[in-house]
Amino acid sequence: MTQDLTGYPLALTGPDRPMVRFAGVSKSYGDLQVLDRLDLEVAEGEMVTIIGPSGSGKTTVLRMLMTLETIDEGVIYVDGNPLTHMPRGDVLVRADRHHLRRERANIGMCFQHFNLFPHMTALENCTEGPIHVLGLTKAEARDRAEELLEMVGMIDKRDEFPARLSGGQKQRVAIARALAMRPKVMLFDEVTSALDPEVTGEVTEVIRKLVAQHNLTMLMVTHQMGFARDISDRICFFHNGRIEEQGPPQDLFGNPQSERTQQFLSAVNEAI
Amino acid sequence: MSYSDFLVIHGPRLLGGTWITVQQTVLAAVLAVLIALLFGLLKISPLRPVRALASVYIEVFRGTSLLVQLYWIFFVLPLFGITIDKFTAGFVAVGLNLGAYGAEVVRGAIQSVPRGQWEAALALNLSPARRMWRIILPQALVNMLPAWGNLMIEVLKGTALVAMISVADLMFEARQINGSTYLSAQVFGTALVIYYLLGRLGVTPLMRWLEKTVARRMGRV
Repeated sequence: MTQDLTGYPLALTGPDRPMVRFAGVSKSYGDLQVLDRLDLEVAEGEMVTIIGPSGSGKTTVLRMLMTLETIDEGVIYVDGNPLTHMPRGDVLVRADRHHLRRERANIGMCFQHFNLFPHMTALENCTEGPIHVLGLTKAEARDRAEELLEMVGMIDKRDEFPARLSGGQKQRVAIARALAMRPKVMLFDEVTSALDPEVTGEVTEVIRKLVAQHNLTMLMVTHQMGFARDISDRICFFHNGRIEEQGPPQDLFGNPQSERTQQFLSAVNEAI
Repeated sequence: MSYSDFLVIHGPRLLGGTWITVQQTVLAAVLAVLIALLFGLLKISPLRPVRALASVYIEVFRGTSLLVQLYWIFFVLPLFGITIDKFTAGFVAVGLNLGAYGAEVVRGAIQSVPRGQWEAALALNLSPARRMWRIILPQALVNMLPAWGNLMIEVLKGTALVAMISVADLMFEARQINGSTYLSAQVFGTALVIYYLLGRLGVTPLMRWLEKTVARRMGRV
């Protein structure tokens, strides 16, 4: 599919430029349109949570940012530079793998099912990328990984294989693993959905800590409304591949304007 | 002649043949693993011509008789100016043949590694080669080892065919002894037992040990 990209800037400049920008991004799987000309900006240091019914395109947004999915139309910018495209002369063309690899370094992601490498210990999971991608020495990577495992409360388990860890522990290691790459943007894709209810707290605590102590830009998809309300700067309610409504948590949860948002929130509240 | 007399007279020759069979098996096994890795990886290449090349290899070597392949390598290749001594031709034929079976095992094992592992490796920005070598292949190895246990037994049994090009393995010696003594039951019975014991006491325990070791390295035990 070719698209006219002449209207899109080659880069975003100026002090107010967002850390992440989706500009008119569309995506379909066959007949199913998952994203419909999405415009979304996330400021540096901002924590944005995406909520919405399943199939509304929430997770797709994160997967596109991580370059796990391609986009059909539009451009995604990260830290001012196009991610999905690259400048050639004075127009944008689709990014090649070298460009993707360079720009992807800005982004880290945690997955619903952790996806820890089962053949590596907690520590090795956290040093693999820093050693082989960032080129750190083993000692440097180890120091960095231990610092992060300490932060997520997993330093005692550094030499355990994932099979010996509980879900909550795995997810905390996965967060440390992603942070070890020093991303500018962190993505959390339903990181507590696969966990037993009594251990979700240990993961949300870590994310709270991150929000409080670091100036990371974060995008989160979650079904935990209370948690989202507590820590987000902004909530986006997705419906049918578009942002139906967005705003600060107290507005969106306390006084939703759109009828669909109201329906969704009342359905969620009933479930609790 | 009692069986013990038979063993005293012909045992040393059979043992010598067994030693050659062991060598053929080890060399063919190593070659089969290398071939299987190579063509298993080519089979999942993003490039269609590369995949096609792997398919052709696998179809040819899996779809035709090992004995015919052995004759080709030993008798036909010299007509094209490629002469290989019979010992080498023997294990090369067995290795190329079983490697074709192994390629499908490798491909299947790689593709059975969960998608999330590929995605996590990409999210860490590991290069494609590192994703495969450090993340995917070690996990695929665990999946494929039981199937390799079977294939290694096939390698061992397959080497009996190298007797047909006069490699002095266990089967060759057995046929020679049979030809001069007509003690068919004793000689082929003994060969049968030796082949079985090589598999039962050699190949199978080795593969089990490998499975356990790898599982331990994966933290599964």
